[in-house]
Amino acid sequence: MTGRKAYVRSMTGWWWRNPFFVRYMLRELTAPFVAVYAVILLVGLARLAQGEAAYNAWLATLRHPASILFHWLLFIAITYHAITLWKVMPKTMARLRLAGRALPEFTVTLCGWLATLTASVAFYVLVLRS
Amino acid sequence: MAEPRTIEMEVLRYHPERDFEPHFQSYRVPFTHDMSVLQGLQYIKDHLDGSLTFRWSCRMAVCGSCGHMVNGVPRLSCSTFLRDYLPGKVRLEPLNHFPIVRDLAIDQSDFLKKLEAIKPYLYPAEDKPVESGEYLQTPEQLERFYPFSQCINCLLCYSACPQYGLNPGFIGPGAMALLHRYNTDSRDAGRAERMEVVNAEEGVWSCTLVGYCSEVCPKGVNPANAVNQNKVTSALDYFLRFVMPRGGRR
Repeated sequence: MTGRKAYVRSMTGWWWRNPFFVRYMLRELTAPFVAVYAVILLVGLARLAQGEAAYNAWLATLRHPASILFHWLLFIAITYHAITLWKVMPKTMARLRLAGRALPEFTVTLCGWLATLTASVAFYVLVLRS
Repeated sequence: MAEPRTIEMEVLRYHPERDFEPHFQSYRVPFTHDMSVLQGLQYIKDHLDGSLTFRWSCRMAVCGSCGHMVNGVPRLSCSTFLRDYLPGKVRLEPLNHFPIVRDLAIDQSDFLKKLEAIKPYLYPAEDKPVESGEYLQTPEQLERFYPFSQCINCLLCYSACPQYGLNPGFIGPGAMALLHRYNTDSRDAGRAERMEVVNAEEGVWSCTLVGYCSEVCPKGVNPANAVNQNKVTSALDYFLRFVMPRGGRR
């Protein structure tokens, strides 16, 4: 092996080189938005526990234009996250079987998308009617 | 008869005793409709530049020797066709994330060590005398491990895995797919032996579910599925050890 040296390539900029990795990084980047929205809802619950005045103050904060703009950003990020996370979901589980036959991976993804859509619409209708 | 078409093949060259770093070299290669990228490389070697180094063997996507980055995507060059890259050029590099030994040949010794570590063979629960006959399996039992047994160790999944590139200690998709293949075989009883590899920080938990390994696998093995199913196995193994003497290791 005298005089021979294997060349190791740098990983710098690895995720820009392939659109697949760009989409993966976006999926990871949108994960904190899901956490932030969960915290917003938890704060709402805590304010509700503190009484009507505290809850109304929280609602008023949410109606601020900056808050509405931020919620649009949350909506876009969480939608992207939900779409892409359900796409990889079949890779995290054993193959589902129905009547002895293996279901295609896409069935899991489709069910996830439909469940997210149904829950979102149902929640929206509930809020509109309240 | 029509003139054969030509295509530009740009190949990353590296001579370990002369070069400080790799560089690209271009070749103009005549080709026919049925010529693979591997045949293009062989044309260069036979007619244009005998010093070009690359690995190949079977020419039919079985041996797993001819994996290269073709225009940035890990592919077997024997099952990738030159015609699909017209009117552009074909840019060939050694598989990502592995040290380059020379030109397109990489050093796979890290993978071979990992492959050995997962004990890629059947551990029968007890030695059966030959007279007692075969180990029988139902079609369902076969189906459970069959897709994972299709791995040809071509390493495309490793070059598709940025986590392996960033942290070469990671056991990686290919070795985990084979580990899963043996763990899910009804004839095998060696799961406890392999759990140490699964549970390690550089076992399944180094995977962040990029999922590109399964996209590039030429045999449809779905290594991302093998790794991520074993995250559940590893978590169960961790919690079950509090209630069972040997944890989930059965």
